[in-house]
Amino acid sequence: MVTAAEAPPLPAQVRRRRIGSPSPAQRAGLGTSLIFILPYLVLFTGFVLYPIVYGLWISLHDWDFLLPGKPFVGLKNYTDLFTPGSVTSGRFWDAMRATGIFIVLSVPLMIVIPLALAIALNKRFKGKNALRALFFAPYVLGVAVIGLLWRYLLDPNVGVVNYYLDQLGFDRIPFTTATPYVWIALVVPTIWWTAGYNMVIFLAGLQDIPKELYEAASLDRATAWQQFRNVTLPGLRPVMVFVLTITVLASANVFGQPYLITQGQPGGETRSAIMEIGEEGLRRFKMGSASAMSTVLTVALLAISLLLLTFMRERKERKKS
Amino acid sequence: MSTATPTTPTVDQTPAPRRKGLSPRTIWRILLLGLVALFFLAPLLWMLSTSFKSSAEVVNPNLTFLPQDPSTESFSTILGAPQTPVMQWFLNSLMAATGQTLLVLVVASMAAYALARLEFPGKKILTALVLATLFVPPISLLIPNYVLVSQLGWLDSLTAVIVPGAAGAFGVFFLRQFFLSLPVELEEAAMLDGAGRWRTFWTVIIPLSKPALATLALLTFLGNWNDFLWPLYVLFSPDKLTIQPGLSTLQSAYTTDYSIIMAGGVIASLPVLILFVISQRFVIEGVSRSGLK
Repeated sequence: MVTAAEAPPLPAQVRRRRIGSPSPAQRAGLGTSLIFILPYLVLFTGFVLYPIVYGLWISLHDWDFLLPGKPFVGLKNYTDLFTPGSVTSGRFWDAMRATGIFIVLSVPLMIVIPLALAIALNKRFKGKNALRALFFAPYVLGVAVIGLLWRYLLDPNVGVVNYYLDQLGFDRIPFTTATPYVWIALVVPTIWWTAGYNMVIFLAGLQDIPKELYEAASLDRATAWQQFRNVTLPGLRPVMVFVLTITVLASANVFGQPYLITQGQPGGETRSAIMEIGEEGLRRFKMGSASAMSTVLTVALLAISLLLLTFMRERKERKKS
Repeated sequence: MSTATPTTPTVDQTPAPRRKGLSPRTIWRILLLGLVALFFLAPLLWMLSTSFKSSAEVVNPNLTFLPQDPSTESFSTILGAPQTPVMQWFLNSLMAATGQTLLVLVVASMAAYALARLEFPGKKILTALVLATLFVPPISLLIPNYVLVSQLGWLDSLTAVIVPGAAGAFGVFFLRQFFLSLPVELEEAAMLDGAGRWRTFWTVIIPLSKPALATLALLTFLGNWNDFLWPLYVLFSPDKLTIQPGLSTLQSAYTTDYSIIMAGGVIASLPVLILFVISQRFVIEGVSRSGLK
């Protein structure tokens, strides 16, 4: 956006002074530096660093928000989570299972569909920018809007989708209340909501692939599929790692869709991990066990992203050798 | 910076011979893209049209896309109901999103400048910490920040949805990358002319960074306007809610009176959709750029 070419021409002595270290612009009084960094440092320490530690501390206590006494219990909140039959473990692992199912169902579609859209839009044609904007548009809406809107569209009785199913002679489907349809009611709105985001990132990645590679492939009479396998996919690898990671993390953090569309139905089967943590900590106010759940979920998420990153790097290295 | 420029020559994977008339392949493509476009557009149009239906028409078994008897009944119901003060939620969201955006712009740009250009003890550690927290799942902050906010007496106030969210590392990281791409010579020239560090920042760096600041402002505003989980728990009085948690209470207030619920959805979506239409390229390029860096 701002290139060196836009910079006004500099006097020769300024340029000469930059050679060698440290230039005057690099030097500043400690006081000045502190003024610049202090406001953010306060926020960052107060609402990011401190809470990370504080959360771990809370998880070591029987921390009922509404009671004055918050006795230290060591690792009990954690051992309870891993003890079958305890108050918290059943609910928590059911929620983790629901979250896992949602990840498995949503992530592949959230990669394949946006990638297909990006490839379809990675050409010059009329209306391309309008389509790109249209596919992206739902992403700027809040999850509450998405939730209520799809709750209506998929309503078992008065919903639009069931109206059309009826008209076409199919049975009505209880999307929001019965398995396995509830998973459709969570995955389809999620695709509608966020596919445009992944698509835009894929599009940027596609445009970074050198055109010459496709020309060379064409000369070698590679088919469209071969070009996709051997030019597009390898060229997209870094972007793919990034999109895959953020999509897995986003799906693991799913909250609004099950909260509003299925409301955890049927029988809590679609209650996600975040929903359970919110309910346990901020509705039942059992903050100790809720914090322990957060920690377990956080460790799981960090492990997943680390795994994805190393897996992708390994494959790349093996290819090189 | 130019990775996402839509005008760059694009790679055509199937260099079709130029000829008049459409090949079957092209027709299939247009048909398919048309269907996909319909999938993305139809839900929004249904929300809009349903908001102009009457409560009776929504449950009519003979559903039509366009309202049979268009009325603004649901809008007047929802705007007049004291237990669901949609206008108040709208204003609350506007204040929270604007407040947080301004806070982030000022605080993050100053910090980003310090991390990009200034020297101070602990700078390397701080930079590493800020970067590392980009990977910390927000859920690990939910419970402790709730306790913190309640100790500060911010529960059920807009401060709770403005301040803690402004501490995120994204803005600092995003602007630091941008400042690092600016040539140092510009600042040196200004400082040789006698401008201090502070003045150089405000008169040289900030004006040069307008595109990056605008992108960050848009993303922050959108993020705050659409935030759901945090305000759902820290705000609870009906007149204190922001629009997203407010909307979710419509479901219990009006159960299946979907014309009213859709009217709420339209009201909540209008500002962000208008903002998106105006600044579409900024938003999309901001997203793809922040994604790739």
